[in-house]
Amino acid sequence: MRLPAALLLLVLPTIAAAAAPGGDFDALMQLLATRHQGHVPYTEVHEMAMLQEPLRSSGELFYQAPDHLEKRTLTPRAESLVLDHGVLTARRGTRTHVLELAAYPQIVPFVESIRATLAGDRAALEHHFQVGFSGDLAHWTLELTPRDPAVAGTVQRITLEGTRDAIQTVTIRQSDGDRSVVSIGPEIPP
Amino acid sequence: MSDGRLLRAAVLALLVAAAALIAARARYTADLSAFLPQAPTATQRLLVEQLREGPAARILIAALGGGEAPERARVSAALAQELRAQGTFASISNGDAASLERDRRFLFAHRYLLSPSVVAQRFTVAGLHAAIADSIESLASPEGPLVKPLFPQDPTGELLGILDGFGAERAPRTSAGVWASRDGAEALLMIETRASGSDTDAQERAVHAVQGAFAHACAPPGASCGLTLTLSGPPVFAVTSRALITREVVRLSGLSAALITLLLLFAYRSVSALFLGLLPVAAGALAGVAAVAAGFGTVHGITLGFGVTLIGEAVDYSIYLFLQAGSPGAADFRARLWPTLRLGALTSIVGFAALLPSDFPGLAQLGLYSVAGLAAAAAVTRFVLPDWIPRRLALRDLSSLGRQLLRGVHALRRLKPALLLVLIAAVAVILLHHGPRLSRELAALSPVPLAEQDLDERLRTDLGAPDVRYMVIVPAASAESALAASAAVAQRLSPLLADGTLSGIEAPSRYLPPAAAQRQRLAALPDAETLRARLAEALAGLAVRPGVLEPFIADVAAARTAVPLRREDLAGTSFASAVDALLVRTGGSYSALLPLSAASGDLPAQAIGRVQSLLAGNAEHAQLLDLKGETDRLYGSYLRQALVLAAAGLAAVTALLAFALRCVRRLGRVLLPLLLAVLAVAAALIACGHELTILHLVGLLLVVAVGSNYALFFDRLALASAHASPERTVSSILIANLATVIAFGVLATARVPLLSDLGSAVAPGTLLALLFAAALSAPERPGPR
Repeated sequence: MRLPAALLLLVLPTIAAAAAPGGDFDALMQLLATRHQGHVPYTEVHEMAMLQEPLRSSGELFYQAPDHLEKRTLTPRAESLVLDHGVLTARRGTRTHVLELAAYPQIVPFVESIRATLAGDRAALEHHFQVGFSGDLAHWTLELTPRDPAVAGTVQRITLEGTRDAIQTVTIRQSDGDRSVVSIGPEIPP
Repeated sequence: MSDGRLLRAAVLALLVAAAALIAARARYTADLSAFLPQAPTATQRLLVEQLREGPAARILIAALGGGEAPERARVSAALAQELRAQGTFASISNGDAASLERDRRFLFAHRYLLSPSVVAQRFTVAGLHAAIADSIESLASPEGPLVKPLFPQDPTGELLGILDGFGAERAPRTSAGVWASRDGAEALLMIETRASGSDTDAQERAVHAVQGAFAHACAPPGASCGLTLTLSGPPVFAVTSRALITREVVRLSGLSAALITLLLLFAYRSVSALFLGLLPVAAGALAGVAAVAAGFGTVHGITLGFGVTLIGEAVDYSIYLFLQAGSPGAADFRARLWPTLRLGALTSIVGFAALLPSDFPGLAQLGLYSVAGLAAAAAVTRFVLPDWIPRRLALRDLSSLGRQLLRGVHALRRLKPALLLVLIAAVAVILLHHGPRLSRELAALSPVPLAEQDLDERLRTDLGAPDVRYMVIVPAASAESALAASAAVAQRLSPLLADGTLSGIEAPSRYLPPAAAQRQRLAALPDAETLRARLAEALAGLAVRPGVLEPFIADVAAARTAVPLRREDLAGTSFASAVDALLVRTGGSYSALLPLSAASGDLPAQAIGRVQSLLAGNAEHAQLLDLKGETDRLYGSYLRQALVLAAAGLAAVTALLAFALRCVRRLGRVLLPLLLAVLAVAAALIACGHELTILHLVGLLLVVAVGSNYALFFDRLALASAHASPERTVSSILIANLATVIAFGVLATARVPLLSDLGSAVAPGTLLALLFAAALSAPERPGPR
């Protein structure tokens, strides 16, 4: 009956960052670490075996270094998920769920995948995932496989693709074959 | 031996035998709960009963510290398993996945009985369409992963609806699969005993059982672990308080008896006089215990602790007898000494008697114990001791001490104007502090150390079960009607949840809806054919693949044949103890309890006002109860009562003295030093930053009641005909006063606030009463040598 465990899947989409030099995984991490905030539009497509058509949603993502993340869904219905100082707050309609991340170690890797990528924190990333890096800075791919078997039972793999310091897609492949793809647009000017 | 002596000895023997019999058959308790006030109003009775007997009083919290998280989790699981096997505990929760899964399965299996959204409209084509569309949206939302596996069976989202209704209680943090403290350094277990919270013997066994099981779980044969067990909660407090009270009473009695024995040996230099002198004390203690046993049925350990003070006062009588009676002849004693001694004893008895009407059982017991004890001690001194004094009782000659003391008294008399300064200083201190600060909190009397209270609060907060301050109480004639009323009141208050005034409303009906509501829900479910037909229509425009929802149709069909859940059906889930905690039986009637919580912790005044306006004139007679406020109000009413009783006692003592002395000057000389001593002690307590408790107030009354003896003997010193010699009189006053100061002084060192408050008021008070009485006394006239 731990409802908040459900929150893990939506923390995933990430945010583009501005230009910086580099050449490999470490360079990518350093590049990402130089960005302190980001604000981007996203669209998300959920493919589920139970449904004849995929579910589509869209909204905005917002990041403020080092540990503030927001996912604001605008269509088809307004809802929001905020991670701030280790506290997750989910709002949907009149309902609000608040949980402390520390109390749910099973969610920590999911939040960390995003936070650590955005913050360029390689050590944290590798603590929670087996990390595969391929391509080059012009077009790179991070393959994250959860180390925690309990998490791996739900999520098979998280794939982040990007160009230089801009994350373009986040693909979550679930263990039952369902899949969600978040496509991230260009930075929204302040 | 004369007939009179024989008769008196026989009567004494009979009385002693009777008192011993009553005392031997009395029930003794050291449970602090037995000392709680007897509440005047129905709500307060319920409150006190909850404090003593309620489920909250049965919850033990165990914290396992040290070692690594996996080791703590292993011991937590082993401990829970062993305690569950013992059967003496109602429930053991440690947050293990199996229990959570059991709860979740229970809710899921009975969702059509438990979900408030199961109404006929929900299963129409339009209702189904809306509910399923909502679930599909949530598939891509935070609840997505939880919704997905349930969707084929529960496309209308009843389980999530139920969980949502449970509100946003903060679940304890989990570490390595079991509950842990917020910092993750301890594994936590919540253990509920079957035995009532007021059964301290059973609670003590439970505490030992947990400790034994921990030792076992921690160190299987051949191994050991570095974990530590910390236990907290009301049962632990009850057990440790009782042990503390017992220990303290034994220690204090022993200490003051030893000190007073030394004092008497110094004064008498005679072992036989010492034993004779302790006779009135022993008789008084026996009579006191017998009277309390007869009057209350149960004698509290604290009362025996107060009894220490009786030693201090009762021993005075024999001191006067031995040191003042010119010759050990009984006739001389009766003529010269007895009238003063009788008046002194009477003023003390009148003072203590003022406590008898108190609703605070502790004070009433103290009053009865002292009244009976002093009466018996005085009677033994008057009727028995003179007979038993050996013809040749060689006592120490205290004349030289007496002469020195008389010089001291003369010196004090010259210092009389200084008393005015004392008066001014005391009044100034009291005024500067804006009057005495009276402690308004019952907690001030708790013998549980503050550090342990804080630890308990932290563990409770970590477990998501903080002490509830506000709850709505709904009375009802039956369990069923209490559940119905609980549901109605929760509904009535629901707007406050919606607008965020409240963050949670607990209710027994949440876990066990009233049977009528459950039947209504079942009646709202369509049969399989109807449902299939409506679904086909409802799914138009929704992307659900055909056939995915067949399990839903089967589940609804099965639910239609269900019977409403009863309390027994909750067994094995954590909802069972929740219902027991919130649906309480008081005598023949029931009460539903609805604890309220706000996101900010305490309810702000505006929220309380809104709850009260929503409850105004409600058909369920529900009322909002502020547990802490009510407890403190309850205590406040006893405090006020104690003030009234103390005033009445003072008035009675004054009237008695006025009647006996029949002279305003003499009355003033007796009464003024007492009042001055009371003022000075009150000022000193205030200046030392003490909040005055009910026991301080009573102590100030006793300063008057007990201190009057010394003032009366100084008064007698001025009457030439009445005393043997001023030297002896003044020596006896000093020794008697020292005995009293020792007894109350020892009490002041108690680690039980009830006892130390009393001692710290009376010990300095009686000493000051002596000094002030000496300073204000009229010059003595030489008596016959």
